[in-house]
Amino acid sequence: MILEAIHDPELGCLFGGVLFLLILSTLIGRRLKRRRKTDASRSIIDDLNNRKGAWWNMCAIFAVAVVIGRVGALVLFAIISFLAMREYMTLVPTRRGDHRTLFWSFFVIMPLQYCLIGMRWYGLFAVMIPVLAFVFVPTSIAIAGDTEHFLERAGKIQFGIIVCAYCLSHAPALLFLRVPGFEGHDARLLLYLVIVDQMRDVLQYLWGKLIGKHKIAWRVSPNKTWEGFVGGVASATALGTALWWATPFTPLQSAGMSFTICLFGFAGSLVMSAIKRDIGIKDFGVVIEGHGGILDRIDSLCFAAPVFFQLIRYYFVP
Amino acid sequence: MSNSIHPMASVLAAVARGISGVQVQWAGCEPDERQRIYFANHSSHLDFVVLWSALPSEIRAKTRPIAAKDYWEETSPRRYVAKNVFHAVLLERGLVTKAQNPEEAQFAGRQLVEHMADALGTESSLILFPEGTRGSGEKIGPFRSGLYYLAQRRPDVELVPAYLENLNRILPKGEILPVPMLSLLTFGKPIQVEPEEHRDAFLERAREAVASLRRIGPA
Repeated sequence: MILEAIHDPELGCLFGGVLFLLILSTLIGRRLKRRRKTDASRSIIDDLNNRKGAWWNMCAIFAVAVVIGRVGALVLFAIISFLAMREYMTLVPTRRGDHRTLFWSFFVIMPLQYCLIGMRWYGLFAVMIPVLAFVFVPTSIAIAGDTEHFLERAGKIQFGIIVCAYCLSHAPALLFLRVPGFEGHDARLLLYLVIVDQMRDVLQYLWGKLIGKHKIAWRVSPNKTWEGFVGGVASATALGTALWWATPFTPLQSAGMSFTICLFGFAGSLVMSAIKRDIGIKDFGVVIEGHGGILDRIDSLCFAAPVFFQLIRYYFVP
Repeated sequence: MSNSIHPMASVLAAVARGISGVQVQWAGCEPDERQRIYFANHSSHLDFVVLWSALPSEIRAKTRPIAAKDYWEETSPRRYVAKNVFHAVLLERGLVTKAQNPEEAQFAGRQLVEHMADALGTESSLILFPEGTRGSGEKIGPFRSGLYYLAQRRPDVELVPAYLENLNRILPKGEILPVPMLSLLTFGKPIQVEPEEHRDAFLERAREAVASLRRIGPA
């Protein structure tokens, strides 16, 4: 795969583009930081500069993932799943009686999910968590014997496993799809997903700051506006369409795919904001400074990855 | 006691830090090589190792835990970990409560304090869990009086409160397998026994000093 990455000019172009954008925005960010005038513009610039740090890290992670190959990328995503689940379970109230269930979630269910992907055992990979873990979680909590808030606890743990392990695992699963005529280029699919998803996030933010007026759900997330949503989805879809040459899609298909990624990604970040409101924090990273923030970065990816994966599998894999 | 760190202690400390993802904050004081008694809430076997691992290595080499003799001498692996790996000061529990009369209780109590004061010596520090046993982690239990008498006996030693948060969810009492959630450790401002301060008033104040360091609140 390391050779593939070097011998795959389209992949090189995608990466080059991302790097170029990052360098450009970092330079612009520095210049703006020196020139900033009002408090409002200062906070936006600081916010963007902070996000950029995370993007550099993500970019580095994906570069490593592509270079070390399929299995390496799988391990990398398993680690991200682990860290995300760790953040989630830390902040979600669980009780003493959930201890063993949680142990199984971290050390059996989640690693098993990634093993199944590595084995290309699609049949079990797709149902293990929704069917088997779904039954396992409430049963093991019931066996522990504590019935207080039973449904809430079981539901919260199940949601965490679905989002952090099941949903996210569909991103590296893209590397194990066999799209006819596209063999050896699977890394591009993963990169395409991440680029469209992350660009939707930042473009939505920028559009929202520029012309945003009408809030979508101010109680959930005061920063999300209809103008930002439409602008972000439209411009990220346009970008995704323009990247059709790196994918097995036609330009029209690429538009449909990136539009879907945008919609589901938006849903993901909205839902995660609502959960954070529920728990009473602004960012998953704030409470546990220095460790947190992973769930904040991958919230949209968690919702977009499964649908992107299933669409490709349904339409492009015979 | 030797001043070198047992290799297994370093390994256990690294493992405990990895599992607990602990974030350390020195809120009321800075790490210092002077003699101290760190006292904290107790809800998990990880408590001591996590607290100990949060100290810089020069300080770590001179810092010993106070532990219950009955529990830590029960099996030989436990005894090895307590004595050889962490150089624990093992105290017998229940001597004071089991005593037949007040004189005997007073004598037993004085002996325990003497034992801890000996362990402090001229350069050691101690880690003490004044609740005496692991709690559920929901609230801090009443403090045993040893801390008060030890503080009176050695007024030159600084008393540093610390709060260990979430470790009861990572490795609760009665479990042997940990769940790797994240945890917090906060060191507070040192306290001392005021002149003429009554035992119970001081112990309550010490408990407050630990409780006030809680950052997230009960889960």
